[in-house]
Amino acid sequence: MAADLSLSKIVKQKSISVTEATQRIADLGWAPDYFEEILKYPTDYKVEKAPKDPMKQVLRSYFPMQEEKDNRVYGALDAALRGDMFRNVEPRWIEWQKLFLAIIPFPEISAARSMAIQGQIAPGENLRTGFTMQMIDEFRHSTIQMNLKKWYMENYVDPAGFDITEAAFGKCYATTIGRQFGEGFITGDAVTSTNVYLQVVAETAFTNTLFVAMPSEAARNGDYALPTIFLSVQSDESRHIGNGHSFLMSIVKEPENLDLLERDLRYAFWQNHAIVDAAIGTIIEYGTQDRDKNKESYAELWHRWVFDDYYRTYLLPLEKYGVKIHHEDVEEAWNRIVKKNYVHKVAQFFSFGWPVAFWRIDGMVEKDFDWFEAKYPGWYNEFGTYWENYGKASLPNQPPLMYLDSGYVYPHRCWSCNVPALIREDFCVDEVEGELYTYCSELCRWTHKVAFAGEYNGRPTPAMGRFSGRRQWEELYHGWDLADVVKDLGFVRSDGHTVIQQPHLHMEDSKMWTLDHFKGLEVRSPLVDLRAMSPADREKHIAEYQAGFTCKPI
Amino acid sequence: MTENVQQSGAAGSSTFAGSDSRRYNYFEPAGRRATLYEDVTVDVQPDPSRHLIQGWIMSFADGMPTYGDYTTAAKCSDWHVYRSVDQEWSRTHYQRQSHIENTIKMLVDNARSDGAPGRFDAGWIKVLQDHFGALKHAEFGLGVALMKAQRDGVTQMVNNAILTNASYKLRLSQDITLYLADVGLDIEIDGDAGKKSWMEDPAWQGTRKAIEAILAATDHIEIYFAANVMFEPLIGEMFRNALIMRAGPAHNDFVTPAVVSAASDDFRRNLANTITLLKMLNGDETHGKANRELMSGWVEKYLPLCSEAASGLESVWGLADSGELDYAGNVGDARLRCKDILTEIGVGLPAGMTL
Repeated sequence: MAADLSLSKIVKQKSISVTEATQRIADLGWAPDYFEEILKYPTDYKVEKAPKDPMKQVLRSYFPMQEEKDNRVYGALDAALRGDMFRNVEPRWIEWQKLFLAIIPFPEISAARSMAIQGQIAPGENLRTGFTMQMIDEFRHSTIQMNLKKWYMENYVDPAGFDITEAAFGKCYATTIGRQFGEGFITGDAVTSTNVYLQVVAETAFTNTLFVAMPSEAARNGDYALPTIFLSVQSDESRHIGNGHSFLMSIVKEPENLDLLERDLRYAFWQNHAIVDAAIGTIIEYGTQDRDKNKESYAELWHRWVFDDYYRTYLLPLEKYGVKIHHEDVEEAWNRIVKKNYVHKVAQFFSFGWPVAFWRIDGMVEKDFDWFEAKYPGWYNEFGTYWENYGKASLPNQPPLMYLDSGYVYPHRCWSCNVPALIREDFCVDEVEGELYTYCSELCRWTHKVAFAGEYNGRPTPAMGRFSGRRQWEELYHGWDLADVVKDLGFVRSDGHTVIQQPHLHMEDSKMWTLDHFKGLEVRSPLVDLRAMSPADREKHIAEYQAGFTCKPI
Repeated sequence: MTENVQQSGAAGSSTFAGSDSRRYNYFEPAGRRATLYEDVTVDVQPDPSRHLIQGWIMSFADGMPTYGDYTTAAKCSDWHVYRSVDQEWSRTHYQRQSHIENTIKMLVDNARSDGAPGRFDAGWIKVLQDHFGALKHAEFGLGVALMKAQRDGVTQMVNNAILTNASYKLRLSQDITLYLADVGLDIEIDGDAGKKSWMEDPAWQGTRKAIEAILAATDHIEIYFAANVMFEPLIGEMFRNALIMRAGPAHNDFVTPAVVSAASDDFRRNLANTITLLKMLNGDETHGKANRELMSGWVEKYLPLCSEAASGLESVWGLADSGELDYAGNVGDARLRCKDILTEIGVGLPAGMTL
């Protein structure tokens, strides 16, 4: 055989270029003549320019690539079991996955549905394959995450909480924030929801904290499954970021879109910060047993992924197109994380509310205190007593901490982001259509009252969505007995008596809380109480709430 | 302060209340035990009628919530009963789609290596160029319509079945497009001719009209019905199976029939999913009668369109026929197929219509 012959030379054939392939596929669409398509999900934006396809990938290469990725993922799960991963995994970590994995499949599948909307509003068919791949990717993400959760349920010491996962998602005091996230991808103005809220902000800015930072922490806690799944998920996100940027570029040059973009970037950035940082910040910082002081804190991760990578390299360049970027919002989000202890206050709220959770929330101990103090100087002064109280009240020999005189005041819920108003000095209220609402921040108040309305800056915005329904979880159970609430939620183990949620990791029946421990304890809705107050009492209450509280030893 | 405890996280390392609860317990499996498909699908899209105690928390300006049964005229006592027959979730979907793509690649590569396209009859090449090339737009249109429809179902099972159907159609449209481009490197094929036929050739205008009607529909169940109960048996399947797959070999083309053959199985699976859903709706004790009437109305809307489309395509049969084709027989078979499907789902023909 001649020395210059090789198999690749022998089997080589002429083939069409990727550019030609994508051009031919983009030409599959046409302008209809016989029936007019009705835009089912309208937008107030002017969308006339066809977005370009930045990825130039076609389905015949996409499907085999995804199959290969799946093979690696499922192979890794098998390997983790053969390596006895669960013997060394940290229960503190896995417990928080009961919350996270209950939430995330719905936003994922909402993103698949979102592509139905975006595919219809985007002129031309250049990006149709991009939207199609994103639709199927998101279908992948929701099912792969459901499968991961099932795998945890089958192999982790305490499956309770995983076993009710999607029912819990619809019922829990903490999961509403995930629904705000997922519903936001598919409800209201078609561009606001699918492009700005989902792609431009959630996927471009915050999936790095969700799907890159969190897997790192999982690995530090002996969980090799979550990184395998989520880094695979994140590898799909680059496509979605590309879709989002391409669509954004197709609308940003229309002058009449600029004020809507300003509105939506403010709303989307702030709400993504409020929701994602609350959940993921807490899981990373409080779900870990790894207290290596050389590792980055969530604040440091946020600065890298959101401030440097997103704000400086993605958001700021939009100014050259005339989009007004509210730098002060990014600055304030950063301040909330590093100066106002947002993540720590969320963790405090989650743990305080453990009787209505559906996972175990482990307390913080000395080695945690040392790490927090090193990473967030002053942490112990503000949160040390609280976590000491939490530890003291972890066994069922007195009422839950929520019902002890510890100084902590159960928070008001923000009507906009659905996270409670935990930075007390920023708490505010307002009336919308004659009803009183509570908010965690001025921007969330603006989001509800100004952004989600039928008019913006004097122009009608008929496509904009609305906040609706029974958004305040506490209101559902106002005046109920806690034991009845937990029974109604279904957060009870298979013996019909022991509750799923526990404020500790003890796997012994004798140390576990039961419905009996909850009897005679009343649940109240701060908003219902606030609305019932006289104007003078309300004003006094608000001032006291804004002044904050001090925890005292129990 | 209580120090937290360290222990094994492995299943079975401790025994306590709930430590053996290792199945999702919030839905009724269709069989004795939940399938993997059910575990990863059921209730992922929540519903106020089941676990969603706060209801939907966002709405459109007109007050309609994120999801609701307002998105279709069909009614159901419990949409959550539906399970897709193919039990498809992402992994099985990728496996099947990838298998098809790899098979097509191998087949086309080998055929091209062997010079097979060069042996296609000249007249057949023109049929491929002008008419197989036009079909890709019909497949694409169905894919787009179904992609749009997968937004609106009130359960995850309904939406995912429509999603995978959209994915299959969009893959097929790309397979045809790229196949024609690939063999066009070896033989003379005008890559723009199919689009021209689709837009201008009278033979295809009925088909385009039918596809545009489906694209213009806003009811996701109507789109699913129109695609799989009406268009596919009457036009899509007939064109692929009765014309391309049957006439190809007679014109020295073993490649094109094989490329398009996966679509037959795509349709069988999607049809099975569709029939199961529509039977559930039409068998509903409370709403079945109204649903059957509704679907009869859809037959009234789409049957004339599909009949017009089929008539238009008769001339294509004439171009490809070298004795093996029987247009009238093929149309008759397609209409019987459609009639069987309607019978299976319990939908009668509107007065004055025949199949």
